Amino acid sequence: MTLDLARWQFAWTSVNHFFFVPVTIGLAFLTALLQTSWYRHKRPEQLRLTRFFGTLLVINVAVGVVTGLVQEFEFGMNWSAYSRLVGDIFGAPLAMEGLIAFFLESTFLGLWIFGWDKLSRRVHLLTIWAVAVGTVASAAFIMAANSWMQHPVGYRISRSTGRPQLNDIWAVLTNPVFLWGYAHVLLASLVTGSAVMLAVSAWQLRRGGQREVFGHSLRLSLIVLVPAIILAMFVGSELGVIEATYQPMKIAAAEAQWTTCQPCSFSLLQIGGGNNDHTPTQILSIPHLLSLLATNSWNGKVTGLDPLQAQYAARYGPGYYVPNVFIQYWSMRIMAYAAGLVFLLGLWGLWLMWRKRAESARWFLFAATWAVILPFCMNTAGWLLTESGRQPWIVQGLQLTKHAVSPSVSFTSLVISLVIFVLLYLGLATVDLLLMLRFSRRELAPAPAGDGEHATVPSMLY
Amino acid sequence: MTLVEFWFMLIAVVWTGFFVLEGFDFGVGMLHGLIGAGEAGRRTVINTIGPLWDGNEVWLIVAGAAMFAAFPGWYATMFSGFYLALVLLLAALMARGISFEYRGKSPSPRWRGTFSAMMAGGSLVAPLLIGVALGDLLNGLPVNASQEFTGSFWTLLQPYGLYTGVTLVAICALHGATFAALKTTGDISDRAARAAVATAPVTALVVLGFAIWTHVIAGKGFFLNPVEISAVLAAAAAAWLVHDRREGWAFTATTIAMALTVLSIFTELYPHVMISSTSPAFSLTIHNTASGSYSLTVMSVVVAIFLPVVLVYTGWTYYVFRRRLSAHDFQA
Repeated sequence: MTLDLARWQFAWTSVNHFFFVPVTIGLAFLTALLQTSWYRHKRPEQLRLTRFFGTLLVINVAVGVVTGLVQEFEFGMNWSAYSRLVGDIFGAPLAMEGLIAFFLESTFLGLWIFGWDKLSRRVHLLTIWAVAVGTVASAAFIMAANSWMQHPVGYRISRSTGRPQLNDIWAVLTNPVFLWGYAHVLLASLVTGSAVMLAVSAWQLRRGGQREVFGHSLRLSLIVLVPAIILAMFVGSELGVIEATYQPMKIAAAEAQWTTCQPCSFSLLQIGGGNNDHTPTQILSIPHLLSLLATNSWNGKVTGLDPLQAQYAARYGPGYYVPNVFIQYWSMRIMAYAAGLVFLLGLWGLWLMWRKRAESARWFLFAATWAVILPFCMNTAGWLLTESGRQPWIVQGLQLTKHAVSPSVSFTSLVISLVIFVLLYLGLATVDLLLMLRFSRRELAPAPAGDGEHATVPSMLY
Repeated sequence: MTLVEFWFMLIAVVWTGFFVLEGFDFGVGMLHGLIGAGEAGRRTVINTIGPLWDGNEVWLIVAGAAMFAAFPGWYATMFSGFYLALVLLLAALMARGISFEYRGKSPSPRWRGTFSAMMAGGSLVAPLLIGVALGDLLNGLPVNASQEFTGSFWTLLQPYGLYTGVTLVAICALHGATFAALKTTGDISDRAARAAVATAPVTALVVLGFAIWTHVIAGKGFFLNPVEISAVLAAAAAAWLVHDRREGWAFTATTIAMALTVLSIFTELYPHVMISSTSPAFSLTIHNTASGSYSLTVMSVVVAIFLPVVLVYTGWTYYVFRRRLSAHDFQA
């Protein structure tokens, strides 16, 4: 019971945290791009857009920072047995993240927000790039840590303590799960950030917002969105192949593939196939696609869950090693379908852009506004796929999740904390959404005249 | 000095850095309503820490992460043992964190009043709870042979721990008032200076009590050690300097008082990291909780390269925002 509560709490706080993270990474980069174009061409609309989207970035960062703090503490609070066992390895990237990335991000964000009238144009431009670099660096360290849980490398078991000890940091930082997973997360963040910019620009254009200004941000967001989503899908499928090597259960469960198959088809839709139903009814399936996705070859073999379970039981002792198949199957599909829709929307937008009609195509602008929901579904489903697919392990092959919870934390404490975090996050999310909507729908502030371009931005000050 | 000792020292320094920097943010947060008097004044006071507080709070994250990486046993026992206290701490930090960012985003007085209350409440509760936690490390808590905490939430509320919390809150208030006096002009600066004058003598007495109690709890010899004596002297000097309104020197004194107060906990704690009240044999030490030497070496290299870089750009940030703020910058 305490195990379930601890898992729910981690799922709740991390899923919420990851609503804000990709927006921050994506928008920091896009804002830096906007400011760079203003720096080079000095056109007033570029400055206005920088300030407009910068305000949205700042609103979003606040929640990202405070929810990130919770993540950092939760390992010790709820998963003390895990922290004790693997802190030697897992703690290192977290400490590096704080020292190398968080300081950079936070300090330079302060300089950027408050430094309009204090720094030269060039230095001020550098501060937003430092923020963007900081967000990207922080994702690198946390992904290195997470990838180690998926595929532990670079360690040996200490003879004196019986615990894993780091003996090759380079192996941790070149873990193939990390390299591909990190690229996947960065691309998904670019997709999310540009989808937000696209939606806001589309909404503004529908409501008669200034066409030449929001047309500019609409085009910029489409130009970033389309390559990002194509690459994200490509990298994601490579990541699938790598995970199929190290975590075959994860991929077999994502397809509800109970028996071994060769070649394997990918089902678009099926009924049943959960952990108690080993013969699902596939409604639509594409031949050979699963073989391609999991092994990169037309006729690749995918080992089924039943034989894998037998292998794991023989290797790790009696126990049930199959993740929740329902979550795996549907999170895989929601991620893929949402990504497909984003891709189609992007192509539609590019085509309209080429015809020079994107700013006035009412149906497209309507769809682009509402499509902002898709990347969030995609991101959440992607994390469910990767994290739930790791179960029942907390560190693949090294520690089971049920052995990782804090022995000293009582059921009551967990209930209290879960209630507090649910209420707190609901409050946070509401306020954040309210402010994001309000500031997204605001009329664009006029171009500051003359020296005004060095004036502070009123909506950013405290 | 061994690697393990180096990392204990580093963690003590990071906690000290956190309280020295975030300490005045806490104080400004607690007192902004009082010092501000009026909306323009409040915004002035909050904006003095505007560009700084977020970077300052990273010191807390780094302190936690460094404990996790260098002393996983310490991190695991402490964070799971202090469970509900940390939940409250996180709630307080979240409340004040978003208040800074969101308070100014709507002109409605009710909106601003709500976030002002959250800012003041969060800024008061956060140092109190961290103080309780740090004090408890030295005071001792029920910890068994397998390094697990065996008490409850109420076990955490030991008199010495609570007093440590109160001490840190008092120094934060003084430190914040001194900072606000230094960073504003006119009426606001005057009110901040008066707040500092009012809190300084009390704070100095509280610090004196803290130094004695800390020394007694640790039970190492009769005379206070140099760190504790200097903490008391710095707090006394701060009281004298705020009275004479020598703002720069007063802030230097509160900085030193804060730093030495936090350091005195760690100097008395060494080589332990968490005392067990169940049995001295079960106490956590730097040796029975540490990571392996490879891991510590890797992180030492990272620290040697990046800590100086962080200090340089942090220092530069303080230089960029050195100007005093005045209320007419924030008239609506």
